Amino acid sequence: MTATKSVSLAGGVSTSPAGSRSRAAEKRRKWYEIIGLTTPAIAVYVMFVLVPMGFAVYYSLYRWRGVGPPTQFVGFDNYVLAFQDPIFIDALRNNAIIVVGSLLVQGPIALGVALLLNRRFRGRTVFRLLVFVPYVLAEVTVGIMWKLILTDGGTVDALLKSLGLGGLTQAWLADLDVVIWTLLFVLTWKYVGFAIILLLAGLSNVPSELTEAAAIDGAGWWQIQRHITIPLLGPTIRIWMFLSIIGSLQVFDVIWVTSVPAVRSLGASGTMATYMVDNGFFARLWGYGNAVAVILFVISFVAALLFQRFLLRRDIEGAITGRVG
Amino acid sequence: MATKNRMAPFFGTLTVAALLLAACSGGGESEEPAANELYQNPVTLTWWHNASQDGPGKTYWEKVAKDFSTAHPSVTIEIEAIETNQLQRTRLPAALLTSDPPDIFQAWGGGEIREQVEADYLKDVTEQTKTEVANIGSASEIWQANGKQYGLPFRMGIEGIWYNKDMFAQAGIAAPPTTFDELNDAVAKLKAINVVPIALGAGDKWPAAHWWYNFALRACSVDTLKKASVDLTFDDPCFVKAGDDLKTFIGTQPFQNNFIATPGQNDPTSANGLLANGKAAMELMGDWNKGTLETVAQDPAKLAKFLGWFPVPAIAGSAGDPKAALGGGDGFACAKNAPAECVEFLKYIVSPEVQKAYAETGTGLPVAKGAEAGVEDPALKSILEATSSASYVQLWLDTAYGSTVGNAMNDAIVAIFAGKGTPQQVVDAMKSAARK
Repeated sequence: MTATKSVSLAGGVSTSPAGSRSRAAEKRRKWYEIIGLTTPAIAVYVMFVLVPMGFAVYYSLYRWRGVGPPTQFVGFDNYVLAFQDPIFIDALRNNAIIVVGSLLVQGPIALGVALLLNRRFRGRTVFRLLVFVPYVLAEVTVGIMWKLILTDGGTVDALLKSLGLGGLTQAWLADLDVVIWTLLFVLTWKYVGFAIILLLAGLSNVPSELTEAAAIDGAGWWQIQRHITIPLLGPTIRIWMFLSIIGSLQVFDVIWVTSVPAVRSLGASGTMATYMVDNGFFARLWGYGNAVAVILFVISFVAALLFQRFLLRRDIEGAITGRVG
Repeated sequence: MATKNRMAPFFGTLTVAALLLAACSGGGESEEPAANELYQNPVTLTWWHNASQDGPGKTYWEKVAKDFSTAHPSVTIEIEAIETNQLQRTRLPAALLTSDPPDIFQAWGGGEIREQVEADYLKDVTEQTKTEVANIGSASEIWQANGKQYGLPFRMGIEGIWYNKDMFAQAGIAAPPTTFDELNDAVAKLKAINVVPIALGAGDKWPAAHWWYNFALRACSVDTLKKASVDLTFDDPCFVKAGDDLKTFIGTQPFQNNFIATPGQNDPTSANGLLANGKAAMELMGDWNKGTLETVAQDPAKLAKFLGWFPVPAIAGSAGDPKAALGGGDGFACAKNAPAECVEFLKYIVSPEVQKAYAETGTGLPVAKGAEAGVEDPALKSILEATSSASYVQLWLDTAYGSTVGNAMNDAIVAIFAGKGTPQQVVDAMKSAARK
């Protein structure tokens, strides 16, 4: 439809019929290209993202154990049940600790290391590589590794004892008040490399003219970082925060592998995602598990929208303005 | 990201209706062949079992399938070996919802098989398997629902306490305890020689829950237990008493430190690892434990020398039957629309010859009479004897009550172990899960 319309429009304006035809053909080809190139992506997206989401919402309204088709409609009972379960509330609290903890701990570390690694020194490439290694390791590998390191009388305990700090040893993964902080540490170790790489990429976009000009004006290294580099890193930092928040809300693998089922079931270490699998598959409450999945989706979705609305808007608008202009 | 997400709910609700129609129209239309057509037409049986790790178990099932196909050339058997949790929690339930489930698959009995029968997933094999059921005896009841047979076990055993004979001798414990008083005495003696008396893998929940099951078995009469499995009613005060007894037992501190985070099996830091490597004296575990202990032992030869087994001790003056035991097993069931050859294959798997050779693989205890000779290990022999002399074998309670009640029960028991739960809360959790 659009193609035909543009033909007539182009024909009316153009003085050369041959030129208008070729321009119309070009427009038509452009539309074929758009349809041809986006259809597979849209089809995959609909089949594997939207349809399963729809099913999740549908199943969440049923009392269903996955045996036979769902028949017992219960409305929003599953949602009410979830918010009445103290273990789910604990999972929400644990997610909140991970969201806030990741931002507060990873942010400053990543910024500091990125600023350091942005300076020229011998072996810089090796350091950059090393910093990124934990992020590249598979989640399950990281989980098992830390589980062995943190076990009773494991490497961490032995290390503390040999340093004369035997009094600091803890039941890292067994003490119900300690375990969530242990997990936050493992998550930080795993993901801080990602933040650093992201910030390094952002730093390479800071024009050297600005820092040079500041240096000529007599600004010290700290002043340059404080007043030029870090403000210009704003968009990168905000994108990292966005990814970190969404990732923290949905975190599953490291928690699942590092923390044993008993500690999760006591509410000490489980997140919304592990709670969903524990209840959906292991307690075989498929309808309920779907309700938890929908809650997790809604929370992540709302967080994403709010973040975009209040923090990312400037960056996105800037990008669009830049392209149009 | 977010722009895509914003449209999601609308698309979701729109597509759901259309897809439901599509999903409902794909019903099963295959028809069951008449029995007189047996071995007349070529059929392919798909077989899903859980012996997914390379080893004698997996190899043996391959041989069984090949032997059956050789004897009946019209039957081809396609095996898919899937890890237990994958198989039981996701693959099998999903496949059974479709019109094309596997023909013969792993069945754990109890609450699960009752649910599957209710959904009309399984083939009634009562008539065809009378001989086999008679030969297996009461263990086959676990694979029944409403008085009909829907599957057959190939492995069955009761649990008991695996122990280190050398440590018992060192601590001056003359004979394995037969009552809980004697067990408490043994715990005290083992502590005196600075040994962890009992290894406990509470991290995986069920190894801890099994202690409660045993206290329930001792506190409740057999009738109460049987009734609870069928009706899911837990009003009898014996279920609270089980928790009280457990609390008292935990109070004697028989377990290693931080047991709440110790895994059950499969790695050196697990409860299995503690027993296998001489760091703890006892462990409550099922008949399969021999093989799992061997995989985590640094010195398997040493383990074989010190490892012993005794039944769970009785509690003097309790309502439960002192000769009753907790146990469980593995079986197979045929899908509702599987060809008749499936039942023949099921019967073949539990025939005494196949069972004897199964026992010789050392992966589990056989159920068919006439297969006992295949069991060579002394510890396994004592389990086999105890299993056949048990007056009543209660299926693991979490299997018997189904996943939902089972999971809630195990969670609440773990809370007692963590010092956060009460005996009453276990019963409350079971009751409320039964309504979920």
